[in-house]
Order: sequence, then structure tokens, then C-alpha cells
Amino acid sequence: MQLGDIAHLRTGDKGDISQVSVIAYDPADYALLLREVTVDRVLTHLATLTVRRATRYELPGLGALNFVLEGALNGGVTRSLALDAHGKSLGAQLLDLPLRGTIGDPS
Amino acid sequence: MIRPATVRIGAGAGFAGDRIEPALELVEKGELDFLVFECLAERTIALAQNARRSDPDGGFDPMLLERMRRILPAARARGVRIVTNAGAANPLGAARAVAALAGSLGIGPLRIAAVLGDDVLDTVRSEPFALIDREGTSADLPPIISANAYLGAAPIADGLARGADIVITGRVGDPALFVGPLIDAFGWSLDDPTLMGKATVIGHLLECAGQLTGGYFADAGRKQVPGLARLGFPLAEVSADAGAVFTKVPGSGGQLSLASCKEQLLYEILDPGAYHQADVVADFRSVRLEEVGPDRVAVSGGGGSVRPDTLKVSIGYDDGFIGEGQISYAGPGAVDRARLAIAVVRERLALIDARIDELRCDLIGMDAVDRTGLGSCPREIRVRICGRAAREEDAASIGAEVEALYTNGPFGGGGATRSVRPVVAVASTLIPRDRVSPSVVMVEA
Repeated sequence: MQLGDIAHLRTGDKGDISQVSVIAYDPADYALLLREVTVDRVLTHLATLTVRRATRYELPGLGALNFVLEGALNGGVTRSLALDAHGKSLGAQLLDLPLRGTIGDPS
Repeated sequence: MIRPATVRIGAGAGFAGDRIEPALELVEKGELDFLVFECLAERTIALAQNARRSDPDGGFDPMLLERMRRILPAARARGVRIVTNAGAANPLGAARAVAALAGSLGIGPLRIAAVLGDDVLDTVRSEPFALIDREGTSADLPPIISANAYLGAAPIADGLARGADIVITGRVGDPALFVGPLIDAFGWSLDDPTLMGKATVIGHLLECAGQLTGGYFADAGRKQVPGLARLGFPLAEVSADAGAVFTKVPGSGGQLSLASCKEQLLYEILDPGAYHQADVVADFRSVRLEEVGPDRVAVSGGGGSVRPDTLKVSIGYDDGFIGEGQISYAGPGAVDRARLAIAVVRERLALIDARIDELRCDLIGMDAVDRTGLGSCPREIRVRICGRAAREEDAASIGAEVEALYTNGPFGGGGATRSVRPVVAVASTLIPRDRVSPSVVMVEA
């Protein structure tokens, strides 16, 4: 299984910070999100992204995680040279994050 | 004074360029009390300040008058009051322009409140303020164009209490655009952090308009959204205890679901336990959502703690120029030719001694937006070379060198484009609350 099989994501920006929410379709899968979607796993998957600091906030009531990636936006939308200065396309790239120990995962 | 049991408040725009028809649909079919247009991105005020320099009557959202021309007659007929931050760098000028427009449409009498006092440029120029998004102070920045504090809901509620049919602001916190009307309708106290926190949740959910009703959401095969081309914008039915049901007009496109509401609740939130606004530090962790019907989600919970002593200020400043050039390659070996093209342009920029402070070279289709490094070699690729320079002519040389690849670069380069633009960047600081004095000026039409 991949992250996109059990969760949906939305990406926002605030200055030089990218924010990615990861939300379980079924709250019962929140425990799997907690275990598998760690800061390390996210940064490993987004291998060419550089950040100053990354924080994961846990929202059990919503069955969601909120990732705050500081320094991810090349100085922020107003001065970034990047094509996607807002980083809007970032969260979607986590849809194929493998969920280890689930059906269909080789690792 | 008789207070309503329920107030219906709609979101008519989530950004300056947003569609107008969904707002009209809300006015005509939403049985609204209030309609809010959020039209002010982070650097818009700085750009508007530049516009006001060349036209003292300008400096507000250029789309405001077209929006009002389309919306005002229906809003007036149904008694829908309007709140918008489209005043940008000149809320009073915007109010006068809307008054003149109303006159020409034969609409009146009309009371328009202009909210002033967010402009703290003189204060920020008078002494250094520590920046919160980078090292240093405001004094270290290149020439400052604008400095605007994020005001709270009080002056908006004040304008409505004075009988305004329309409230036009510059910079206020986006949720405050919604909290202000709710304070006016229910008589809520700004000193009740729990209530202000709950109200902030409502405003936050609505402020991006179509992003609550299925915009920025659809994903083929995963998340289906019907009727995106006629996406309906959201409204909230708010009760006096700040509980709310979010919905949209029956028959409009889009979809308002638990999933879309959860996504928007967390959108651009950093610490969900501490969302800093002028009126409250809101706490979203206890928010509960429940589907109570088709396209109907009830929201309860949420809270907050006492308002901060400081207000956030966005400082706009001149940040030189960005130049860019693009060109495409296709067929076998396209990526290798694209890489050769980049190497040639890099060498050229050095040869002509262009003073480029920062250069970025992307292969669109492989690594321009992808951050996994997993992109494979496609059959077509677009080179994008983009750089920052203090002088316009240096920035322009980037696009010129990319265009010159047509006849001087690798085989088969097509579709070259080039651009250069001045950059207005934004830095953030905090200013003591007592250094900011919001005020309201009434304009009659």
C-alpha cells in the first residue's frame, strides 16, 4: 500500500514555510499514519527538497498529521526562483510514499 | 436589540482574481446576511502602494469595481451586506470609488465603511523592528515600499455597527473578515478567547472560498468532484454559540464533504494549537466535524487563548529583478540536448559578465517541481533558466541568452520564451499592538 491509498493531502505556504496536511480517509488508519508517515520518511521520499527544520503535528481528533517544512520554499513565494514558488505540488508527491508492513509492500 | 438565532455568511472570493458568478449565485440563492470577498495576497499591498504612487486615487484591487458592478444590485435587493479587504493600499479611495459606482447604478442611499490604520509604514521606517522570518531587522532591508499590520475584527464590526452596507479594508487577518460581521450580528465580546477561537475556525474555513467546496481537491481516480467548472462557493449557517453548519447553494457544482473541510481546516496552519490572529491565539485541535446532510458539514469545538500583545506586519520591499527564459527539446536525446543548452547558457552568462546573484536551471518534465528525484527521461523536455539580478539589464540577459539558443545552441530547440519582471518581496515583523490605531471612515452614496 501507498500513502495515497489511505490518506489525502493538501499543501499550503506561509513565507518560506511549506505546510502539508496528511488526512486519513478512515480515522481507523490514523495509527498507521502515525507509525509510517514520520518526518524522516517524508524527507527521505522528498529526496531533493532541502529544509531548515521539519515538524510533525498530530491531530488524533481529525485523524490527521500536519507537516511544517521550514525553509522549503527557496525564500518564499515572493522571491523564489522556483517554477512552483508556492510549493503547491509538493504534497501530491507523497501519494506514493510506501507504507511498510502493509499488503503489497516489498520492504 | 433583537439578536438573530442564525447568521448566514458566504465566501465570495478566495483570491483577487477569483470567479464572480459563484458570488452572484450565493447572493441570489444563499439567503445570506453577509458576503465576504478575500482579495489580498501577501505582497498585493506593496504592489498596490506602487500603483497609488502614480495615481493617488488608485491603489485598491483593480477588480473591485467590476465585482461590485456585478454583485451590488442583487446584494442591495436582498439586504446582503458586504465585507472585503480589496481596499489594499487605499481603502478610503476604494470606498469613494464604490460610492461613485453605486451612484451611477442608481443604487442608494448606501453607507460604506473604510477601515484605516493598517498602514504602519512611517512607524517601521522610524526605527528597526526584528524580522521574524529571517535574521536581521527591518533596517537591513532594501528600500521598503509598504508595511501593513494585520488588523483584527473590531474595526469591521464597528463599521457595521455604524450602519455600513459595505466594509472595505486594507490588511486585516483573513478570518477577521468573517469574525467582524459575526461580532456585529451576535454582539460577541472580543475579550472572550474561546468564542474568538471558534469564530476564527469559521472564518478560516471560509476564507479560501472554493477550496472548501471541492476546489484544489479533485484527484482523478481518488477524489471525484462533480461540476468543477461551476464550482459553488461556501456559506456558513452560524449560531450564537459559534457552532456552524457549512454548505453551498443547492444545484451548484463542487462538493462540500468531511474530507474537503478537514483539508481546509489545516490549510496554511502551522501549529494547530496556536494559530496567531490579532484577536486570539486560536486552537484548532479540538475542532469536530460531522456530516449532517448532502453537502452539509457541522463544525463544533475549537477554542483559543488571549490575544497576543503584538500584531504581525508584512513589509514589502524592492528586491531587484527576476529574468527567465524557456526552450523545449523533443525526441530521442532530448534531455541530453536540454542539459547541453543549460551548460551553454551558463557559460554565456559568465562570458558576457552578467551580474546574476542567483541562477536556477530546471528541466520541466523532470525536476522543475518534482522533489523526489525519481523523474525518468521523457520524450519532450522544457528548459527553464531563471535568475535574480539587481539590475534589469542583467536579469534580461538570461532570457536573451536562452532565445539565442535557437540559432546558436543544440539541435532542435523550439518555443523559446523570455521575460523579466521587477520583484516586490515580503518580510515579516511584529509590532506592539499600541503602535497601531485602527479607525473607520464612513462614506455615503
